[in-house]
Amino acid sequence: MANDSRIEPFAFKDCALAAIATGLRAQNMRELRDHLTSIHLGCIYYHFWGGLLRPHFDDPEYNNDFASWARHALHDIPLAERLGVIDPADYPELAGLRQELIETIEERADETEYQMWARPDQQFHFARAQTVSFDTGRRLLQPAGLAIILPQLSLGSVFYHFIDARRREPQGVDDFRAWLTQFGDVHEPLRTRLAEIDPYFINLADLRARLTCLFRDYFGETQ
Amino acid sequence: MTTLLERYAAVTGADVIHHLQQLAAPLKGARVVHINSTRSGGGVAEILTKLIPLKRELGLDARWEVITGSGDFYQCTKGFHNGLQGNHVELSATLRRAYEDTNAQNAEELHAVLVDADFVFIHDPQPAPLLKHFPQKRGKWVWRCHIDVSHPHRPVWKYLRDFVTGYDASIFSLADFVQPLPHPVYLIPPSIDPLAEKNMELDDTEIEAICTHFHIDRTRPLMLQVSRFDRFKDPVGVIRAYRLAKSFIPSLQLVLAGGGASDDPEGDVVLAEVQMAAQDDPDVHVLLLPADAHRTINALQRAADFVLQKSLREGFGLTVTEAMWKAKPVIGGDTGGIRLQVVNHHTGFLVSTPEGAALRIRYLLHHRERLLEMGDKARAFVRENFLLTRHMREYLTLMVGLQHGAQDRIDLG
Repeated sequence: MANDSRIEPFAFKDCALAAIATGLRAQNMRELRDHLTSIHLGCIYYHFWGGLLRPHFDDPEYNNDFASWARHALHDIPLAERLGVIDPADYPELAGLRQELIETIEERADETEYQMWARPDQQFHFARAQTVSFDTGRRLLQPAGLAIILPQLSLGSVFYHFIDARRREPQGVDDFRAWLTQFGDVHEPLRTRLAEIDPYFINLADLRARLTCLFRDYFGETQ
Repeated sequence: MTTLLERYAAVTGADVIHHLQQLAAPLKGARVVHINSTRSGGGVAEILTKLIPLKRELGLDARWEVITGSGDFYQCTKGFHNGLQGNHVELSATLRRAYEDTNAQNAEELHAVLVDADFVFIHDPQPAPLLKHFPQKRGKWVWRCHIDVSHPHRPVWKYLRDFVTGYDASIFSLADFVQPLPHPVYLIPPSIDPLAEKNMELDDTEIEAICTHFHIDRTRPLMLQVSRFDRFKDPVGVIRAYRLAKSFIPSLQLVLAGGGASDDPEGDVVLAEVQMAAQDDPDVHVLLLPADAHRTINALQRAADFVLQKSLREGFGLTVTEAMWKAKPVIGGDTGGIRLQVVNHHTGFLVSTPEGAALRIRYLLHHRERLLEMGDKARAFVRENFLLTRHMREYLTLMVGLQHGAQDRIDLG
């Protein structure tokens, strides 16, 4: 284990998100693609990651707004499935994620003879996120403390450390896993178990509960 | 923690309140003014009644001012309301002058309050021209539009747009309601207050008494729609859905509860159509309730097995939120803000026809365990997303955002 004096404490932060409309809309696949080529990159973030901080149901079919719209407004199931499987954490830059979306849509456009249209009241509205983050002042030196602190965290804090971190951290992982690396291999089983949690198909309250259970279970076992 | 915050913490959890306190910290002492045109009645006044004290408890110097005007002013703003929602309305030069003069006069009266305010929130079109009277304004001015202006009568919007383009930002409830404007357009859905008379917990004895008063039999299935008697709410379609379902569930009862129609000339006509469609069926209760019958509405929502909001066109649909907060699944029209709240097969059902509604009525009453499960999910969904505390969080985020310009990410350290 690393020397305690060199351990960086875990700094708990929190965040809140505001949605800003761009006024741009798409009614079919080609309009969606055309807007994607030039849209503010904050829109890509908002429609992938920001969804988890917006009105969000605990059992979504798709993990991003593009896939959901393809399914429910365009009724194009193959497109929805292909867009839905894109993992934003695979793309360190949002520009790369944008390109993947465009290519997925173009691939589908090449396959289809007919242009599918959404109803006028079911257009895709591009929005972007403005995120405000702040330090809660809370610090943690020992990983075992995670089991106690987790249930007290706000949902914004859970989002910041477990989801938003995947975009901030160079390795594309959550803040807990990133922090635990400084303890060497000691908590490798915990890091593995954290990696197994898929945050896209549960709401933040359930995610917090699941993380709490995981930490309690793990530290209960090892202490 | 202070009393009001403590009361909200009991509903939402202490973490939610702590989050608000931290988000509000950089705004401590900020002078915030909200302006609308009525102190009571209507959703805006209802929200401000709670939002202002809550902001004050969070350390902001918040106040609420109301502009006043003559009959011509209100006639003009009523015209705005209709015109912005797509009705063809002519606003005469006299009415427009009354609108502009009233705002000039109110600007003078409110000068001391507004000129130094850090944030000014102007609600709806009535006070929108105030901004033009403050060329030396110090703070950020935000226009909060509670109306669906997606398909306005163009001359009305063109006239109003001139007054709102100069704002630092605007807020709309849903992306579908937005008109393009040359400043950031924030999206903040409305909310309900869990502590208000309309939403607070009620004793079963009170619910029972109210049902007895209206001759509602609580031993039999009951469905409810709360709405104005307005064609867009499709009350006649609800009766048709009831009839279709009743042939399978003879004990079914329907309550259609609506407010008075004094300000809506068409309301009386629609009410007459509804009464005609009800055909003296003793199991259809058409209740014309006063505007302040919040507790009665609350009791009826709690007494119902599930709630309908079969609108053909809808704004956000706060009656849906209210019903869901009482753990009732909602069968709602597939339109407007209802779509944001009713998650098909989870918190209720989205329908497009009376036949679709009838089918879902039968489904819910034959699957009582699903009905309860969906009701629980509906309440949890509202707790997470549509309570006043979420609304407050988004206001605070917007205010911090405006202080820092148009950046995507603002790290307060």
